[in-house]
Amino acid sequence: MKNIVILGAGTAGTMVANHLRGKLPTGWTLKIVDPDPLHLYQPGLLFLPFGTERQERLVRPRGNTLKRGIEWIQQGVEKVDADARQVVLEDGERLSYDILVLASGSQIRPEETEGLLGDHWHQTAHDFYTLDGATALRRALAGFDGGRLVVNVVEMPIKCPVAPLEFLFLADDYFTHRGIRDRVELVYATPLDGAFTKPVASATLGYLLEQKGIKVESEFNTGEVDGEARLLRSWDERELAYDLLVSIPTHGGAPFVAASGLGNELDFVPTEHRSLLAKNHDRIFVLGDATDLPSSKAGSVAHFQSGVVADNVLRTIAGKSLVEGFDGHSNCFIESGGGKALLIDFNYDVEPLPGHYPVPGLGPFDLLAESRRNHWGKLAFRWIYWNALLPALPLPLPSRMSMIGKRRPPDKVAA
Amino acid sequence: MTTLEAVGKTIELNNEGFLLDADQWTPELAETLAETVGLGPLSDKHWQVITFCREDAAREGQSPGLRRISKLSGVSMKELYQLFPKGPGKLAAKVAGLPKPQACI
Repeated sequence: MKNIVILGAGTAGTMVANHLRGKLPTGWTLKIVDPDPLHLYQPGLLFLPFGTERQERLVRPRGNTLKRGIEWIQQGVEKVDADARQVVLEDGERLSYDILVLASGSQIRPEETEGLLGDHWHQTAHDFYTLDGATALRRALAGFDGGRLVVNVVEMPIKCPVAPLEFLFLADDYFTHRGIRDRVELVYATPLDGAFTKPVASATLGYLLEQKGIKVESEFNTGEVDGEARLLRSWDERELAYDLLVSIPTHGGAPFVAASGLGNELDFVPTEHRSLLAKNHDRIFVLGDATDLPSSKAGSVAHFQSGVVADNVLRTIAGKSLVEGFDGHSNCFIESGGGKALLIDFNYDVEPLPGHYPVPGLGPFDLLAESRRNHWGKLAFRWIYWNALLPALPLPLPSRMSMIGKRRPPDKVAA
Repeated sequence: MTTLEAVGKTIELNNEGFLLDADQWTPELAETLAETVGLGPLSDKHWQVITFCREDAAREGQSPGLRRISKLSGVSMKELYQLFPKGPGKLAAKVAGLPKPQACI
């Protein structure tokens, strides 16, 4: 018997497994390793703190998300021994593979920032990238009667790079509904040189921050947090006081990546941009948040990558050359508050542009512009996620980005 | 787009002052680019960072982030802020003739 082993049964790993199920030649088995009994719908975490989503609606038993015939091994991974083509599991057992798929995601690492963890963690300093964090933040927001709320991105890359902005837009809404918006100061502290860094998005969406009264502290690289004094200190010694901190901590890959010597400085795995093969390893593919690719760490990226990885796994089995199928394609809905949302669609080479998606001229979704339809699209997306994306059903959305239906403003042609 | 007359050539920069054509970069041009962002003459330490950034970008296909620079170039975070005040990642990329470190939007 020959084995395909997938590490991680989150969005990316589950989609690859379900893609491959039923397509493998006789003599090949499919195993997926993940210690967690539940599959979490991560896009829902954004809504938990505001009480517009409930924890029980965001999780499903992992077993229900994997097609019959996929063997799920419910264990953690100690390390990958790439020379021996084996995975060492938590209990010491060794699992041999012929082809390995790394879909082990990314995790927040608040411990990387001096002073971020402490008695104040999940009291006055929060995250919303974990179920515990988002739930604690819900309590903190409910008890917040005014003051300065700082959303701080510690460093890039992070999962879902637009989520911090969405959080601020939804916070503006939330405090407005509670009638205390005038007593709350919203501040976005980012290590980048602005809330929007791409020229067309920046020109098109800059108004949102002004309209919603969100202050931006740019090029703020957090060096330490003083939880008692409620202060952020940057590496260039700027101080930023807060009453409530919503931190998006440093992200890193799974701990076993470091133990296996497969990762970069943040334990993300160096990956070929278009074939998704691990650099220097001809039997390891990587996708989703686990890669070091300059594409976004987002579910849509994992979706577009999953077809390419499944295809390349089958090609490796058949002894064919790999497809250079991934172009960095990503699309995401961005909640902008007030029951509206934006949609962006882009890849390695093309920045987010205005237009319509997926049908040129018709949409129904508007690119790089606010609309109610986009918001409904974001909400409908949860159903699509569980019922079409995870089971890897064929969708009428090409994995490569299309320029059809997009407009590039004339003055931005050679930005 | 803007242009800069330097090292006997017309150098094309984007609206934020980043080099458009990476092949136009030379060490002399780096000195000129450094002046445009208010950095004095480049020291050996500056060059240690710039050289690392260029080699790393050639290998990885993207400008290195701040953590990567501080971890792998041998220059500490504190020093990076002294050498390239305010935004070391962005300034080092600019002087090294690399694209600006970006987010998706």
